Amino acid sequence: MMQRVECLRSIYDRLENCLVVTIMGAVAAELQSLGHRTNFFYLQHAMGLGSSTGLGLALCLPQQKVVVFDGDGSILMNLGGYTTLARYRPKNLVHVVFDNESLLSVGGFPTATSTGSDLEGVARAAGVPRTQTVTKLDEFTAAFDAAMKSNELTSIIAKVEAVGPKGYVTELSLLENRFQFQRHIEGLLKHPERREGSL
Amino acid sequence: MPVSLTNSGVVYQALKKCGIGLVSALPETWLVHLIRMAEDDPAMVLVRLAKEEEGVGISAGAHFAGVKSAMLMQNHGFLASINGIVSFAQLYRIPLLMLISDRGRFGERDPWQTQGGHVTEPLLRALGISYAFLDDPAKVEKRIAEAHTLAYSSLHPVALLLTRELMWEEPA
Repeated sequence: MMQRVECLRSIYDRLENCLVVTIMGAVAAELQSLGHRTNFFYLQHAMGLGSSTGLGLALCLPQQKVVVFDGDGSILMNLGGYTTLARYRPKNLVHVVFDNESLLSVGGFPTATSTGSDLEGVARAAGVPRTQTVTKLDEFTAAFDAAMKSNELTSIIAKVEAVGPKGYVTELSLLENRFQFQRHIEGLLKHPERREGSL
Repeated sequence: MPVSLTNSGVVYQALKKCGIGLVSALPETWLVHLIRMAEDDPAMVLVRLAKEEEGVGISAGAHFAGVKSAMLMQNHGFLASINGIVSFAQLYRIPLLMLISDRGRFGERDPWQTQGGHVTEPLLRALGISYAFLDDPAKVEKRIAEAHTLAYSSLHPVALLLTRELMWEEPA
Protein backbone atom coordinates (compact mmCIF):
# COMPACT_ATOMS: atom_id res chain seq x y z
CA MET A 1 0.00 0.00 0.00
CA MET A 2 1.24 3.49 -0.74
CA GLN A 3 2.16 6.16 1.77
CA ARG A 4 0.88 9.71 1.74
CA VAL A 5 4.36 11.21 1.86
CA GLU A 6 5.33 9.24 -1.26
CA CYS A 7 2.28 10.61 -3.04
CA LEU A 8 3.19 14.15 -2.03
CA ARG A 9 6.81 13.63 -3.12
CA SER A 10 5.74 12.26 -6.49
CA ILE A 11 3.82 15.43 -7.41
CA TYR A 12 5.72 18.03 -5.36
CA ASP A 13 7.23 19.65 -8.45
CA ARG A 14 3.75 20.08 -10.00
CA LEU A 15 2.68 22.30 -7.09
CA GLU A 16 5.05 25.17 -7.79
CA ASN A 17 2.53 27.34 -9.63
CA CYS A 18 -0.61 26.26 -7.76
CA LEU A 19 -2.24 27.52 -4.62
CA VAL A 20 -2.20 24.61 -2.19
CA VAL A 21 -4.41 24.16 0.88
CA THR A 22 -3.86 21.24 3.25
CA ILE A 23 -5.74 20.03 6.27
CA MET A 24 -4.10 19.63 9.68
CA GLY A 25 -1.98 16.81 10.96
CA ALA A 26 0.17 14.44 8.96
CA VAL A 27 -0.45 15.93 5.53
CA ALA A 28 0.60 19.43 6.67
CA ALA A 29 3.73 18.13 8.43
CA GLU A 30 4.71 15.87 5.54
CA LEU A 31 4.29 18.53 2.88
CA GLN A 32 6.42 20.89 4.99
CA SER A 33 9.03 18.15 5.40
CA LEU A 34 9.40 18.10 1.60
CA GLY A 35 9.95 21.87 1.58
CA HIS A 36 7.61 24.69 2.49
CA ARG A 37 6.67 27.22 -0.17
CA THR A 38 4.78 30.46 0.24
CA ASN A 39 2.00 29.15 -2.01
CA PHE A 40 1.14 26.45 0.55
CA PHE A 41 -1.44 27.12 3.27
CA TYR A 42 -1.85 24.61 6.09
CA LEU A 43 -5.21 24.80 7.85
CA GLN A 44 -4.07 23.46 11.22
CA HIS A 45 -7.56 23.16 12.70
CA ALA A 46 -11.17 23.74 11.61
CA MET A 47 -11.49 20.18 10.34
CA GLY A 48 -13.62 19.99 7.23
CA LEU A 49 -13.00 23.53 6.02
CA GLY A 50 -9.95 22.83 3.85
CA SER A 51 -12.19 22.03 0.90
CA SER A 52 -14.36 25.11 1.58
CA THR A 53 -11.24 27.29 1.63
CA GLY A 54 -10.17 25.82 -1.69
CA LEU A 55 -13.63 26.55 -3.08
CA GLY A 56 -13.43 30.20 -1.96
CA LEU A 57 -9.99 30.56 -3.56
CA ALA A 58 -11.00 28.82 -6.78
CA LEU A 59 -14.16 30.91 -7.23
CA CYS A 60 -12.33 34.19 -6.57
CA LEU A 61 -9.27 33.33 -8.71
CA PRO A 62 -10.75 31.46 -11.67
CA GLN A 63 -7.49 31.71 -13.66
CA GLN A 64 -5.45 30.05 -10.92
CA LYS A 65 -5.06 26.33 -10.24
CA VAL A 66 -5.96 25.42 -6.66
CA VAL A 67 -5.05 22.07 -5.07
CA VAL A 68 -6.62 20.88 -1.79
CA PHE A 69 -5.07 18.00 0.16
CA ASP A 70 -7.92 16.70 2.28
CA GLY A 71 -8.36 13.60 4.44
CA ASP A 72 -11.11 11.10 5.16
CA GLY A 73 -11.62 12.35 8.73
CA SER A 74 -11.89 15.96 7.56
CA ILE A 75 -14.17 15.45 4.57
CA LEU A 76 -16.45 13.24 6.68
CA MET A 77 -16.94 16.28 8.93
CA ASN A 78 -18.11 18.37 5.97
CA LEU A 79 -19.95 16.08 3.57
CA GLY A 80 -22.41 18.91 2.98
CA GLY A 81 -19.46 20.92 1.73
CA TYR A 82 -18.86 18.19 -0.87
CA THR A 83 -22.24 19.03 -2.37
CA THR A 84 -21.35 22.75 -2.33
CA LEU A 85 -18.07 21.95 -4.09
CA ALA A 86 -19.97 19.93 -6.69
CA ARG A 87 -22.63 22.60 -7.05
CA TYR A 88 -20.10 25.23 -8.16
CA ARG A 89 -17.64 22.64 -9.60
CA PRO A 90 -14.78 25.10 -10.19
CA LYS A 91 -12.75 23.94 -13.18
CA ASN A 92 -9.53 25.10 -11.54
CA LEU A 93 -9.78 22.96 -8.39
CA VAL A 94 -8.11 19.59 -7.82
CA HIS A 95 -9.29 17.92 -4.62
CA VAL A 96 -7.16 15.08 -3.26
CA VAL A 97 -8.46 13.07 -0.32
CA PHE A 98 -5.83 10.97 1.45
CA ASP A 99 -7.97 8.18 2.84
CA ASN A 100 -6.13 6.21 5.54
CA GLU A 101 -9.43 5.05 7.06
CA SER A 102 -8.47 6.51 10.39
CA LEU A 103 -8.11 9.58 12.57
CA LEU A 104 -4.39 9.04 12.68
CA SER A 105 -3.20 12.03 14.64
CA VAL A 106 -5.41 11.27 17.62
CA GLY A 107 -4.37 7.64 17.88
CA GLY A 108 -5.66 5.93 14.78
CA PHE A 109 -9.33 5.53 15.53
CA PRO A 110 -11.06 4.03 12.48
CA THR A 111 -13.33 6.28 10.39
CA ALA A 112 -16.40 5.15 8.48
CA THR A 113 -14.32 4.56 5.35
CA SER A 114 -12.85 1.57 7.23
CA THR A 115 -16.31 0.02 7.41
CA GLY A 116 -17.26 0.53 3.79
CA SER A 117 -18.21 4.18 3.29
CA ASP A 118 -16.92 4.98 -0.17
CA LEU A 119 -15.75 8.56 -0.70
CA GLU A 120 -15.52 8.16 -4.47
CA GLY A 121 -19.17 7.13 -4.42
CA VAL A 122 -20.01 10.08 -2.16
CA ALA A 123 -18.18 12.48 -4.49
CA ARG A 124 -19.87 11.09 -7.58
CA ALA A 125 -23.32 11.11 -6.00
CA ALA A 126 -22.73 14.68 -4.79
CA GLY A 127 -22.15 15.66 -8.41
CA VAL A 128 -18.36 15.97 -8.64
CA PRO A 129 -17.77 15.52 -12.39
CA ARG A 130 -14.50 13.56 -12.16
CA THR A 131 -13.58 11.24 -9.34
CA GLN A 132 -11.34 8.22 -9.01
CA THR A 133 -9.98 5.97 -6.27
CA VAL A 134 -6.30 5.09 -6.52
CA THR A 135 -4.24 2.66 -4.47
CA LYS A 136 -0.83 2.63 -6.21
CA LEU A 137 1.69 5.42 -6.56
CA ASP A 138 1.85 5.38 -10.37
CA GLU A 139 -1.97 5.49 -10.48
CA PHE A 140 -1.97 8.44 -8.11
CA THR A 141 0.56 10.39 -10.14
CA ALA A 142 -1.30 9.68 -13.38
CA ALA A 143 -4.64 10.65 -11.82
CA PHE A 144 -3.18 13.88 -10.43
CA ASP A 145 -1.63 14.87 -13.77
CA ALA A 146 -4.87 14.06 -15.59
CA ALA A 147 -6.83 16.14 -13.09
CA MET A 148 -4.47 19.10 -13.52
CA LYS A 149 -4.98 18.94 -17.29
CA SER A 150 -8.68 18.16 -17.24
CA ASN A 151 -10.18 21.61 -16.66
CA GLU A 152 -12.91 19.98 -14.55
CA LEU A 153 -13.37 19.66 -10.80
CA THR A 154 -11.76 16.38 -9.78
CA SER A 155 -11.73 14.47 -6.50
CA ILE A 156 -9.00 11.87 -6.24
CA ILE A 157 -9.45 9.41 -3.38
CA ALA A 158 -5.96 8.15 -2.57
CA LYS A 159 -5.99 5.10 -0.32
CA VAL A 160 -2.89 5.38 1.87
CA GLU A 161 -1.33 3.61 4.81
CA ALA A 162 -2.24 4.92 8.25
CA VAL A 163 1.28 6.10 9.01
CA GLY A 164 2.59 9.59 9.52
CA PRO A 165 5.44 11.64 10.89
CA LYS A 166 6.57 11.47 14.51
CA GLY A 167 5.23 14.91 15.35
CA TYR A 168 2.88 17.44 13.87
CA VAL A 169 4.15 20.76 15.21
CA THR A 170 6.52 22.46 12.77
CA GLU A 171 8.76 25.53 12.94
CA LEU A 172 6.39 27.57 10.79
CA SER A 173 3.94 29.54 12.90
CA LEU A 174 0.31 29.51 11.82
CA LEU A 175 0.10 33.26 11.34
CA GLU A 176 3.41 33.48 9.50
CA ASN A 177 2.11 30.89 7.07
CA ARG A 178 -1.22 32.67 6.69
CA PHE A 179 0.32 36.07 5.89
CA GLN A 180 2.98 34.58 3.59
CA PHE A 181 0.21 32.86 1.65
CA GLN A 182 -1.83 36.04 1.32
CA ARG A 183 1.25 38.03 0.22
CA HIS A 184 2.04 35.34 -2.31
CA ILE A 185 -1.40 35.76 -3.87
CA GLU A 186 -1.08 39.56 -3.81
CA GLY A 187 2.15 39.11 -5.75
CA LEU A 188 0.38 36.95 -8.33
CA LEU A 189 -2.32 39.57 -8.76
CA LYS A 190 0.24 42.36 -9.16
CA HIS A 191 2.46 40.36 -11.51
CA PRO A 192 0.21 38.22 -13.68
CA GLU A 193 3.22 37.16 -15.79
CA ARG A 194 4.36 35.03 -12.84
CA ARG A 195 1.22 32.97 -13.06
CA GLU A 196 2.67 30.24 -15.22
CA GLY A 197 0.38 27.69 -13.69
CA SER A 198 -2.67 29.68 -14.61
CA LEU A 199 -5.24 28.18 -16.91
CA MET B 1 -44.35 37.43 2.58
CA PRO B 2 -43.97 40.24 5.12
CA VAL B 3 -40.19 40.35 4.93
CA SER B 4 -39.26 43.94 4.16
CA LEU B 5 -38.13 44.26 0.56
CA THR B 6 -37.23 47.92 1.09
CA ASN B 7 -35.01 47.30 4.09
CA SER B 8 -33.45 44.22 2.51
CA GLY B 9 -32.48 46.55 -0.33
CA VAL B 10 -30.99 49.05 2.12
CA VAL B 11 -28.84 46.28 3.64
CA TYR B 12 -27.81 44.96 0.22
CA GLN B 13 -26.79 48.40 -1.07
CA ALA B 14 -24.76 49.00 2.09
CA LEU B 15 -22.86 45.75 1.44
CA LYS B 16 -22.23 46.83 -2.14
CA LYS B 17 -20.88 50.21 -0.95
CA CYS B 18 -18.33 48.34 1.19
CA GLY B 19 -17.10 46.55 -1.92
CA ILE B 20 -18.43 43.13 -1.00
CA GLY B 21 -17.87 40.81 -3.96
CA LEU B 22 -18.89 37.45 -2.51
CA VAL B 23 -21.80 36.47 -0.32
CA SER B 24 -22.25 33.04 1.23
CA ALA B 25 -25.73 32.20 2.40
CA LEU B 26 -28.08 29.62 3.70
CA PRO B 27 -31.69 30.62 3.24
CA GLU B 28 -33.96 31.58 6.07
CA THR B 29 -37.19 33.54 5.88
CA TRP B 30 -35.78 36.95 6.73
CA LEU B 31 -32.94 36.56 4.23
CA VAL B 32 -34.90 35.60 1.11
CA HIS B 33 -34.85 39.04 -0.53
CA LEU B 34 -31.19 39.59 0.30
CA ILE B 35 -30.24 36.26 -1.25
CA ARG B 36 -32.31 37.00 -4.35
CA MET B 37 -30.60 40.37 -4.70
CA ALA B 38 -27.21 38.68 -4.56
CA GLU B 39 -28.38 36.13 -7.11
CA ASP B 40 -29.64 38.81 -9.50
CA ASP B 41 -26.45 40.86 -9.24
CA PRO B 42 -23.99 39.85 -11.97
CA ALA B 43 -21.15 41.51 -10.03
CA MET B 44 -21.76 39.36 -6.93
CA VAL B 45 -20.56 35.79 -6.38
CA LEU B 46 -23.28 34.00 -4.39
CA VAL B 47 -22.32 30.72 -2.73
CA ARG B 48 -25.29 28.72 -1.52
CA LEU B 49 -24.17 26.55 1.36
CA ALA B 50 -25.31 23.24 2.80
CA LYS B 51 -24.28 24.37 6.29
CA GLU B 52 -23.20 27.79 7.47
CA GLU B 53 -19.78 26.78 8.81
CA GLU B 54 -18.62 26.22 5.22
CA GLY B 55 -18.95 29.97 4.81
CA VAL B 56 -16.01 30.55 7.17
CA GLY B 57 -13.70 28.59 4.84
CA ILE B 58 -15.13 30.25 1.75
CA SER B 59 -14.72 33.73 3.25
CA ALA B 60 -11.14 32.89 4.26
CA GLY B 61 -10.33 31.72 0.72
CA ALA B 62 -11.92 34.90 -0.65
CA HIS B 63 -9.93 37.05 1.77
CA PHE B 64 -6.66 35.41 0.71
CA ALA B 65 -7.69 36.08 -2.89
CA GLY B 66 -8.31 39.77 -2.16
CA VAL B 67 -12.11 39.57 -2.39
CA LYS B 68 -14.29 41.03 0.34
CA SER B 69 -17.11 38.82 1.48
CA ALA B 70 -20.14 38.73 3.74
CA MET B 71 -21.96 35.80 5.36
CA LEU B 72 -25.75 35.72 5.54
CA MET B 73 -27.14 33.36 8.15
CA GLN B 74 -29.74 32.82 10.84
CA ASN B 75 -28.57 32.88 14.44
CA HIS B 76 -28.79 29.08 14.42
CA GLY B 77 -26.37 29.19 11.49
CA PHE B 78 -24.03 31.22 13.67
CA LEU B 79 -24.36 28.54 16.35
CA ALA B 80 -23.51 25.91 13.73
CA SER B 81 -20.42 27.89 12.64
CA ILE B 82 -18.74 28.44 15.96
CA ASN B 83 -15.96 25.87 15.59
CA GLY B 84 -14.99 27.35 12.24
CA ILE B 85 -15.14 30.88 13.64
CA VAL B 86 -12.84 29.98 16.54
CA SER B 87 -10.48 27.48 14.94
CA PHE B 88 -10.12 29.24 11.61
CA ALA B 89 -11.22 32.89 11.62
CA GLN B 90 -9.94 33.71 15.09
CA LEU B 91 -6.93 31.37 15.07
CA TYR B 92 -5.76 32.72 11.69
CA ARG B 93 -6.97 36.31 11.99
CA ILE B 94 -9.50 36.22 9.17
CA PRO B 95 -11.98 39.12 8.94
CA LEU B 96 -15.60 37.95 8.74
CA LEU B 97 -18.59 40.21 8.19
CA MET B 98 -21.48 38.15 9.54
CA LEU B 99 -25.06 39.30 9.01
CA ILE B 100 -27.14 37.23 11.39
CA SER B 101 -30.93 37.27 11.47
CA ASP B 102 -31.72 37.53 15.16
CA ARG B 103 -34.64 35.16 15.45
CA GLY B 104 -36.25 34.18 18.73
CA ARG B 105 -36.47 37.66 20.21
CA PHE B 106 -39.48 39.79 21.23
CA GLY B 107 -42.33 39.21 18.82
CA GLU B 108 -41.16 35.74 17.74
CA ARG B 109 -44.12 33.44 17.09
CA ASP B 110 -42.22 30.30 16.04
CA PRO B 111 -41.57 28.31 19.22
CA TRP B 112 -38.62 26.51 17.61
CA GLN B 113 -36.68 29.77 17.22
CA THR B 114 -36.91 30.88 20.81
CA GLN B 115 -33.97 29.07 22.41
CA GLY B 116 -31.47 30.42 19.89
CA GLY B 117 -32.69 33.92 20.62
CA HIS B 118 -31.69 33.54 24.26
CA VAL B 119 -28.10 32.60 23.58
CA THR B 120 -26.99 34.54 20.51
CA GLU B 121 -25.77 37.70 22.25
CA PRO B 122 -24.16 35.87 25.22
CA LEU B 123 -22.24 33.69 22.76
CA LEU B 124 -21.06 36.65 20.69
CA ARG B 125 -19.81 38.24 23.92
CA ALA B 126 -18.16 35.00 25.08
CA LEU B 127 -16.33 34.77 21.74
CA GLY B 128 -15.20 38.39 21.96
CA ILE B 129 -16.98 39.25 18.72
CA SER B 130 -18.02 42.90 18.40
CA TYR B 131 -21.62 43.23 17.31
CA ALA B 132 -24.36 45.76 16.74
CA PHE B 133 -28.04 45.64 15.87
CA LEU B 134 -29.48 46.74 12.58
CA ASP B 135 -32.89 48.13 13.51
CA ASP B 136 -33.18 51.60 11.97
CA PRO B 137 -32.98 51.70 8.16
CA ALA B 138 -31.54 55.22 8.34
CA LYS B 139 -28.51 53.89 10.24
CA VAL B 140 -27.95 50.65 8.33
CA GLU B 141 -25.44 51.96 5.80
CA LYS B 142 -23.23 53.65 8.37
CA ARG B 143 -23.33 50.71 10.78
CA ILE B 144 -22.47 48.14 8.09
CA ALA B 145 -19.62 50.37 6.87
CA GLU B 146 -18.29 50.69 10.43
CA ALA B 147 -18.56 46.94 11.09
CA HIS B 148 -16.76 46.24 7.83
CA THR B 149 -14.01 48.72 8.74
CA LEU B 150 -13.47 47.05 12.13
CA ALA B 151 -13.44 43.53 10.64
CA TYR B 152 -10.61 44.49 8.27
CA SER B 153 -8.62 46.65 10.69
CA SER B 154 -8.80 44.04 13.47
CA LEU B 155 -8.66 40.98 11.15
CA HIS B 156 -11.40 39.47 13.27
CA PRO B 157 -15.03 38.45 12.87
CA VAL B 158 -17.72 41.05 13.50
CA ALA B 159 -21.49 40.53 13.61
CA LEU B 160 -24.51 42.58 12.67
CA LEU B 161 -27.77 41.32 14.08
CA LEU B 162 -30.69 41.80 11.72
CA THR B 163 -33.68 42.57 13.91
CA ARG B 164 -37.38 41.93 13.51
CA GLU B 165 -37.89 45.69 13.53
CA LEU B 166 -35.83 46.05 10.36
CA MET B 167 -36.66 42.85 8.50
CA TRP B 168 -40.32 42.14 9.21
CA GLU B 169 -43.39 44.11 8.17
CA GLU B 170 -46.56 42.89 9.84
CA PRO B 171 -49.33 42.57 7.28
CA ALA B 172 -51.96 45.31 7.76
